[in-house]
Amino acid sequence: MKEERFVDIKEISMIYHTLSGETKAIDKLSFDVKKGEIVAIVGPSGCGKSTILSIIAGLIMPTSGTVFIDGKRVEGTNKKVGYMFQSDHLFQWRNILANVLIGLEIQDKLNEESIAKVSKLLDTYGLGDFKMHYPYQLSGGMRQRVALIRTLATEPDLLLLDEPFSALDYQSRLVVSDDITNIIKQEKKTAIMVTHDIAEAISMADRVIVLSNRPAIIKSIYDIQLTCADGIATPLKCREAPEFRYYFNKIWKELDVYVK
Amino acid sequence: MLSKKIDNNSNFSENHINYLNSVYRQRLRIRLSQVGLLVGFLLLWEIAASFRWIDPFFISKPSSIFRLIVNLAKDGSIFKHTAISVFEAIMGFVIGTILGTIIAILLWWSDFFAKVFDPYLVVLNALPKIALGPIIIIWAGTGMRGIIVTALAISLVVTILSTYSGFKEVDQEKVKMLQTFGATKFQILQKVILPASVPNMINTMKINIGMTWVGVIVGEFLVSKAGLGYLIVYGGQVFRLDIVMAGVIILATATAIMYQIIVRIEDRFLKWKQ
Repeated sequence: MKEERFVDIKEISMIYHTLSGETKAIDKLSFDVKKGEIVAIVGPSGCGKSTILSIIAGLIMPTSGTVFIDGKRVEGTNKKVGYMFQSDHLFQWRNILANVLIGLEIQDKLNEESIAKVSKLLDTYGLGDFKMHYPYQLSGGMRQRVALIRTLATEPDLLLLDEPFSALDYQSRLVVSDDITNIIKQEKKTAIMVTHDIAEAISMADRVIVLSNRPAIIKSIYDIQLTCADGIATPLKCREAPEFRYYFNKIWKELDVYVK
Repeated sequence: MLSKKIDNNSNFSENHINYLNSVYRQRLRIRLSQVGLLVGFLLLWEIAASFRWIDPFFISKPSSIFRLIVNLAKDGSIFKHTAISVFEAIMGFVIGTILGTIIAILLWWSDFFAKVFDPYLVVLNALPKIALGPIIIIWAGTGMRGIIVTALAISLVVTILSTYSGFKEVDQEKVKMLQTFGATKFQILQKVILPASVPNMINTMKINIGMTWVGVIVGEFLVSKAGLGYLIVYGGQVFRLDIVMAGVIILATATAIMYQIIVRIEDRFLKWKQ
């Protein structure tokens, strides 16, 4: 894998203004992500994790600082970036296939070839039989997989995952995070994931970035090296790795969680 | 219907068939009670009027109302009156719905616009539109046009406000999701705002049907030489309560049919909304 900086975040700061005052959400944050890497960002709640993703996606502009994706400065939404939300946001009035095609529809890339491709993606990830179903007929985990395929349909190089599993129950969460990590690896995507679940971050990511309380600055970055059994590095298996505990305790202490 | 449903799925267990039967029985009981209530009421009314427990001069009676409707049907005048009122109501309803939706879209499009117009809409909404009746009649004329404008005056502001608030209630995260794909404002309107608002728009239409009819009848009270409102006012003026009652009954039937049409549309378009 080429060690190039695919995403380069340079000293971004974000200040939110309201009539009653201003809030500094992010303070001169810099990090980079290499191609094919999965980076997890963990931090205390309300520390501006989602804001970072919105800035990378070009949905909001930072107060200062710049973001480069593949060498190009981010100045608005970018077709190279796919965004996945906490909840699936499937449109109830569209069937699964039509839901997955929405991104292509918006980018005016709807043609037989692209439809066939997306259709194949659904087949590959076990949703082939549900193309004509409506979202209410699917389980939470399946819906989240549909949401990922919707994001993948426009063929982004970079995936931004904003607590993508927090709406799921614990069991589906483990299974779906396994699924989705595999999908990301198979499709050779780069991903930045925001989560508050330390175990999820360690098991899925190549690197974990720990943020401080607001205004967010980087406290530390961990390169995750897990020796997983069987050589198959699925996140679920990786939770059994001997190093898992070590990382978990380190990050847990770092986050300094206490109930005020 | 009862036996057909069960035949279609003959592989149900006995318990399930018992359950289905009990559901159908319950439905049948409700329907019978509904019909029974109406029949009983009419019967009681007829008897009370026949035995002079009540004065049929003031309250009329079902048989004479029925006879009147048959007579009016024979000379065709009832169809004329009904057709005129229904036409006015449909015009008012369609124009009100389309115009109201367009204005709501404009308000959604520009937040500035919406904020500027907000106090005016609030005042117009609170104003009893019937007070505008004389002005409308003078401006729009005493014919059908005046009546349609009256109906519009009553229904339009409500349509705008409730459609607009429906647009605003669409989940912002869904909008954000489309923005991550690079959606334009028009695409957001087309792909999420409008389809997500369909249930709300249908509810607005249901309210609107009633509003429009209020407008039509008030308009016909004020002016007009034909229509159900005219029939009712005329009956009152000549103290023919059977004419008044006949007018009210036909009106009730017409509004109920229009309402049912909306319900059918709702069923058709909202299959996904379980």
